[in-house]
Amino acid sequence: MKCTEFLKELTDYLDGKITESLRIELDEHLHWCKECHVVMNTTKKTIEIYRDNQVYELPDDLRNRLHQAIMTKCRNSQAHKK
Amino acid sequence: METIQKKAEEDVTSELALVQAAKKGDLDAFSQLVKRYDRNVFRIAQHITHNEEDAQDVVQDAFLKAYQNLEQFQGNSKFYTWLVRIAVNEALMRLRKRRNDRTVSLDEDVETDEGTIPREVADWSPNPEQLYGTSELGDILKKTIQGLSPGFRTVFVLRDVEGMSTEETAEMLGLSIPAVKSRLLRARLQLRERLAKYFKSKRGEDGQR
Repeated sequence: MKCTEFLKELTDYLDGKITESLRIELDEHLHWCKECHVVMNTTKKTIEIYRDNQVYELPDDLRNRLHQAIMTKCRNSQAHKK
Repeated sequence: METIQKKAEEDVTSELALVQAAKKGDLDAFSQLVKRYDRNVFRIAQHITHNEEDAQDVVQDAFLKAYQNLEQFQGNSKFYTWLVRIAVNEALMRLRKRRNDRTVSLDEDVETDEGTIPREVADWSPNPEQLYGTSELGDILKKTIQGLSPGFRTVFVLRDVEGMSTEETAEMLGLSIPAVKSRLLRARLQLRERLAKYFKSKRGEDGQR
């Protein structure tokens, strides 16, 4: 297997969505190709870092303000419909 | 396992009940739906627009539009899937407005080869997150994902940050499953390539931090 073929399957490999026979082929490639091994590991780490460090959390006070604004708009729109 | 499945089924049932009640004009029911998903919608909107003011507007407009169009929600998909689709469209519209560029779309830059051939093949530090303080790390992650085209970062955020399935992401974005997969691979590889300069093991070994 070539590195380009490995890369094509990387997303499904990381998501565990491949057949057993393909997984064995990919594992074999990883066993001898150090570069693909690094790419696979660091891509996995990239996903984990973004998943574990939520960069855009909604602060409670803003959340409350938005909630009030949304509900007021919905109430007005309901009244308008009637 | 059985308990988890049962819980998921109950959630879907109660969600449908809330949607049904909201359709009949029950604002408290709709308020519960807002509380259930506002954080997710805000995160998605922030990632697409890169602008807090726009993200706040997207959250408000997406929920208002959902409320006004509840009749059109058939229940074939999950309420959340339907809601995110509305929010993504609103966010893209804001992005177009701010950039004054009508061509901003989920299809932008799909043909780029960037990142598809890895150049950075040095291994990373064992615990790359620990090389930086929380706020510095947050800035790095924001800056890096902002460099991706809207189509790539939206797919990455829905699949990898929000944990949606490929099928759900495709439905949310109106894309085919192969299109989602191809964008996801490119997004992941581009992010990896760009993060490498911050996380390469050399930095830790240098004793800079």
